[in-house]
Amino acid sequence: MSRAAEAEPAEPREHYLNAQYGVRSWLLTQDHKRIAILYLIGVTVFFAIGGVFAALIRMELLTPPGDLFQSETYNRLFTTHGVMMIFFFMIPAIPSVLGNFLIPLMIGAKDLAFPRINLLSWYLYIAGGLLALWAVIHGGVDTGWTFYTPYSTVYSNGYVVVTAVGIFIAGFSSILTGLNFLVTIHTMRAPGMTWMRLPLFVWAHYATAIIQLLGTPVIAITVLLVGAERVFHLGIFDPRQGGDPVLFQHLFWFYSHPAVYIMILPAMGVISELVTGMARKPIFGYKFIAGSSIAIAVLSFLVWGHHMFVSGQSVYAGLVFSILSFLVAIPSAIKVFNWTATLYKGSVSYQTPMLYALGFIGLFTIGGLTGLFLASVGLDIHVHDTYFIIAHFHYIMVGGTIMGYLGGLHYWWPKISGKLYPEAWARVSAWVIFLGFNLTFFPQFILGYLGMPRRYHAYPPEFQVLNVMSTAGASILGIGYMIPLVYFFWSMRYGKPAPANPWGATGLEWQTPSPPPTENFPVTPVVTREAYDYQTKEEPALG
Amino acid sequence: MADAHTAAPHGARSHLRHHFASLDAQKEAASLGMWAFLVTEVLFFGGMFAAYIVYRALFTRAFEGASNLLDLKLGAFNTAVLILSSLTMAMAVWAASQGRKNLIILFLILTIVLGSVFLGVKVIEYKQKFEHHEVPGPHFVVPEGLPRQAEIFFSLYFCMTGLHALHMVIGVGLLTWLILRARRGDFTVAYNSPVELTGLYWHFVDIIWIFLFPLLYLLGRHTL
Amino acid sequence: MSAPDGHRHPTLAAYFGVFAALMALTALTVWAAFQHLGIWNTPLALAIAMTKATLVALIFMHLLYSPKRTAIVFASSVMWLVILFVITLSDYLSRSWLPIYTR
Repeated sequence: MSRAAEAEPAEPREHYLNAQYGVRSWLLTQDHKRIAILYLIGVTVFFAIGGVFAALIRMELLTPPGDLFQSETYNRLFTTHGVMMIFFFMIPAIPSVLGNFLIPLMIGAKDLAFPRINLLSWYLYIAGGLLALWAVIHGGVDTGWTFYTPYSTVYSNGYVVVTAVGIFIAGFSSILTGLNFLVTIHTMRAPGMTWMRLPLFVWAHYATAIIQLLGTPVIAITVLLVGAERVFHLGIFDPRQGGDPVLFQHLFWFYSHPAVYIMILPAMGVISELVTGMARKPIFGYKFIAGSSIAIAVLSFLVWGHHMFVSGQSVYAGLVFSILSFLVAIPSAIKVFNWTATLYKGSVSYQTPMLYALGFIGLFTIGGLTGLFLASVGLDIHVHDTYFIIAHFHYIMVGGTIMGYLGGLHYWWPKISGKLYPEAWARVSAWVIFLGFNLTFFPQFILGYLGMPRRYHAYPPEFQVLNVMSTAGASILGIGYMIPLVYFFWSMRYGKPAPANPWGATGLEWQTPSPPPTENFPVTPVVTREAYDYQTKEEPALG
Repeated sequence: MADAHTAAPHGARSHLRHHFASLDAQKEAASLGMWAFLVTEVLFFGGMFAAYIVYRALFTRAFEGASNLLDLKLGAFNTAVLILSSLTMAMAVWAASQGRKNLIILFLILTIVLGSVFLGVKVIEYKQKFEHHEVPGPHFVVPEGLPRQAEIFFSLYFCMTGLHALHMVIGVGLLTWLILRARRGDFTVAYNSPVELTGLYWHFVDIIWIFLFPLLYLLGRHTL
Repeated sequence: MSAPDGHRHPTLAAYFGVFAALMALTALTVWAAFQHLGIWNTPLALAIAMTKATLVALIFMHLLYSPKRTAIVFASSVMWLVILFVITLSDYLSRSWLPIYTR
């Protein structure tokens, strides 16, 4: 089943993992590959924390009465789940782990443009996360991850300011990552690596960087204003001083909608690589996928009001946001069509990365289509703040992004660790995750449509069956996530050594040993072939 | 790229970092990086400008009246000081491009002095606001004859000028660091990026003030 | 690729000229603020401010002598601000078009 696998000689060779030993060499590293590993550890920890809170939520929702936690406590549970998952897992995961590791390799560079800023962005991420964690340990915040005013600025008695500062610091980390990627892609491509030869993974991260740079500062200033209102009583959003809470929502969603594209674009970039690599076919419609990434980045800034249809926003503004929200679905759909066309008549290998890619395409389509339902003002008013919304975004964020993340982790694991993961176990866990995920979230579409509100821990008895299904699914999903954790660790010690190119894929990252040496390429590659050039089977010229 | 003009006392120490193909590539990346950072600063301040625009449209009378309570003389003086500091900063960058160490230091010092004058004036203005109960919060007193939404104007005034002042403080810190490096002879014809990039930052902070001044100090003068 | 920035600089005369222009425009904007121009007060103030900002960017910040890409990058930030301002303001201004909001 494995393709073109040349066994590497088993002599010790210097690479980025063993080039230097000791904690200092990791904590003071400027190597983008090591920083990616540092991020991998960080995002895994925060994902686990967010997952624990998800488990608590699902446990409470097993029975109709709110009997496991008090309402106040439940508010803190879902807020912590949201804050941890969104700001400390979803936004950083693929860019800071896979993007950091792969972008210099994919463009033939020795590192990112600003290695020290890369390390700084990791420290900022950890600092922000620890601050938010400190707030959680001391009781957390009960406002929802959306921090709507005036509750968050005036009435909440949680650790709003501390959490807001933690998010601010993590946002700065995201900005610096985007800045690094943007400059790197513009200025450090190897000779012959023109824009139109870039892997689509790189295009996806370029588009993501645009969003990170243009959007994150707005939420940064917004959380600062919330803090200023809470601490200094500077009432920008306080109705008692003439302020408008809806203005907070405008400023908040101006970032937080594009933020969801920060979460999905990198995953789409992964899928583009998986689909072409595992089907061994040039991608269908390269220019359309690259262009769609940029289109998504731009259009994503024009639709934020679709989160505010019931807020008191002007109906006319709502209609405009609605139409634009339909438009933003088009580039995503183009990508789905192109991935499918790539698979058609390809030599498809059903190994784990492909399983995740197929899962992504199916689940993202469902999530995306339900997004179109929500873009219709009339329908949104019916299901706003219900479990329909929760199902919609989890289909995209978990069924989409997390599948993309796991697929990418598996695909590039041989490159990152120099070891092969156990394929059989990986397939088992992919299936467990897929089935657990659908059992968790599909019932929530129905629950939401039937009217079960979100952020409530008590519900009418007639909703119990669906809730029990959802909790059962969540347990299965949780188990599914733990299996890769175990075998990835296992593979680092006991896995088979990986060749440079276990998948026989195109791309500069496969032309260097697994794991790569610290400087990535002993000689700077010169690129002469188009991306995904699967017709000719020779290796591209190096040097 | 002419490295032969290096006037650095420690000779041919290369500032080229290992992951760049050439010093030119490094400079290009550094410059693009700083401009990309300034983009984020535009959007950072921009959020507050958005709040300003909305509330000014909704509460025009309150904003015009409250604006007239600001000290126009101090505001105009500060604007002139900041523009002059931009000139001295530009001179520092020019001097760095010529590798003229003493001029670099002189202009950096002048810039710091002017920046400090600006900050000193802001302290005076803020103190005046405290004394006149114009600071939003529990001690705010709605000024005579104005709608209560004047408090929002002052909230925005303090947030916007406060954030701007914080950026100036950071700028003064950066300039001090530059002076220390300049004294060591770090800046030559071949390598002066830090001065240039700090200049970009300083000019940007000036641009923010160029908009803050009319929007905060001048918007209601025509009603007088 | 495009030429790296820093090879051409403004002349000293350009720097001092811009400085003089900035001071003059500041005086102008203060004077114009006291004139009764109706709805034109604000657009005029903004136009003067944008002129000053443009001069600082082009000459002091060397944008005129930088690769075109730099100008595009910076202009995009302004464009995005316009998106934020226009769409947010359009919400507030269009609320009164339907008589269902009491104000």
